[in-house]
Amino acid sequence: MDIFELTIHELHRKLNARELSSAEATRAMLERIESVEPRVGSFITRTPESALAEAAAADRRIASGDAHILTGIPLALKDIFLTEGIRTTCGSRMLHNFIPPYSATAWERLRDCGSVLLGKLNQDEFAMGSSNESSAFGVTRNPWDTARIPGGSSGGSAAAIAARQATATLGTDTGGSIRQPSSHCGCVGLKPTYGRVSRYGVIAFASSLDQVGPITRDVTDCAIMLGAVAGYDSKDSTSVNTPVPDYTAALTGDIKGLRIGLPKEYYIDGLDRDVQAAMDRAIETYRRLGAEFVDISLPHTDYAVATYYLIATAEASSNLARYDGVRFGHRSEQAEGLIDMMTKSRSEGFGAEVKRRIMLGTYALSSGYYDAYYVKAQKVRTLIMGDFTRAFENVDAILTPVAPTPAFKIGEMVDDPLQMYLSDIFTIPVNLAGTCAMSVPAGFSASGLPIGLQLIGKPFGEETILRAGHAFEQATEWHTRKAEI
Amino acid sequence: MKISVAEVEYVARLARLELNKAETDLFAGQMDAILGYVEKLNELDTADIRPTSHAVPVENAFREDATSPSLGVAKALANAPDRADSFYRVPKVIE
Repeated sequence: MDIFELTIHELHRKLNARELSSAEATRAMLERIESVEPRVGSFITRTPESALAEAAAADRRIASGDAHILTGIPLALKDIFLTEGIRTTCGSRMLHNFIPPYSATAWERLRDCGSVLLGKLNQDEFAMGSSNESSAFGVTRNPWDTARIPGGSSGGSAAAIAARQATATLGTDTGGSIRQPSSHCGCVGLKPTYGRVSRYGVIAFASSLDQVGPITRDVTDCAIMLGAVAGYDSKDSTSVNTPVPDYTAALTGDIKGLRIGLPKEYYIDGLDRDVQAAMDRAIETYRRLGAEFVDISLPHTDYAVATYYLIATAEASSNLARYDGVRFGHRSEQAEGLIDMMTKSRSEGFGAEVKRRIMLGTYALSSGYYDAYYVKAQKVRTLIMGDFTRAFENVDAILTPVAPTPAFKIGEMVDDPLQMYLSDIFTIPVNLAGTCAMSVPAGFSASGLPIGLQLIGKPFGEETILRAGHAFEQATEWHTRKAEI
Repeated sequence: MKISVAEVEYVARLARLELNKAETDLFAGQMDAILGYVEKLNELDTADIRPTSHAVPVENAFREDATSPSLGVAKALANAPDRADSFYRVPKVIE
């Protein structure tokens, strides 16, 4: 097996047994990136020199007997995480020249484990998109079919894992941006409970929805990555101060008696035939493993997309007000006067999708419309959260598709933002409720495109969905298939 | 029509965005479709429902009133598009 094919736990075993050094693993990964990058376009910034230096330091740490499971593992990060001294663009022309003076807590925790950073991965601009087509740095292509999108907004992250350009990554998920690209690229992706992972140093899109989580090759790696980054951070006032369990210990393989809910609102007419078939097979697999199924209802599902696009755009319009050309980021050279400088800097720096969402959010928050749109959406959010609370009184987890269809073609939905927004219909309710959910490979379409299943857990129920995802993974072979790129 | 071209231009001014004619027309159509879609929320009676601003019921997050290391002037200004000494420089505000 090629070195770049190894998972975290496989590579760790080899590093620990001195069968391989981190320097060798990192060089193999850098060569792999070089070879497939022209066809995938996952990276915005590559950091080969610092990666090799970090790998050498990791090898010294391993030799000293003080290694963490992530020591010497080559990782890459969505370009939304601040990395001190390394350009961080968030996929935007606005930040094309931004060198952060400090690092995100999530990355600091991985760096403290001794992991190696290969570079920064492409994404939709300011994490706004479902296809990775809104990046100012070009489109990332799906390694399973380069005519198709990898999903978004963490599309570069999922594509890099599918193309074997990094061992694991972190993404962010505001309305499905970890789970949907993971599903489209055949990866495992987990959106933790809101507050489980610090958002400090993660460029904000919609603050009450954004959450950091891993995208990996398998569920074991997902548990390892979550364990490394989860936990309280005094620098993030929304970080929740509860102990971090040993997530890998949850991967017992035993799910006998697990009660799984099937919400009728997610199994709708019009669901893609291949997606429905994958879900039918998944349900059968879970039955065989001893799980029990319960029919449930999440009655406000149909209102989630509308609710999300009011709340997310309102928060985005507020968060993105900081990009005014004064302290950092792009400043227009054409301006006359302060207000003109701010206006021209923003107009030149932001792309179309970001402008559209700022406009929607500004409208929803403006005088006369605030109650009708923003407050109304916040009230419906209460109803959607209540749906999940009631459902979890009877079940341990909920099983749904991740996306209504496999990956669509590049350019197919660019001119129809509403249709694009509706493609997130199965992931968005989880962000509004603040709970956790994971995408696990569950099959392929007739044309060979990956399809993922979604396991939704209770708040701080990551152990349960990791256990259920792992049991499914061990009973199937979907996660072992590789994209030919 | 939920939103007119004039309203799009007004909102763009509030958002400090300068849109050309093509962008204004495009956004008017798209925002109209999206706002038309979100009207479906009015099917729900929410008169007695409390709004949720956050998924986690976080109270005020307090910490010790103590000094801690900060970025410092050099790092904070390192990304300034324009600066003079220890300050950001911007176009003249008062004529």
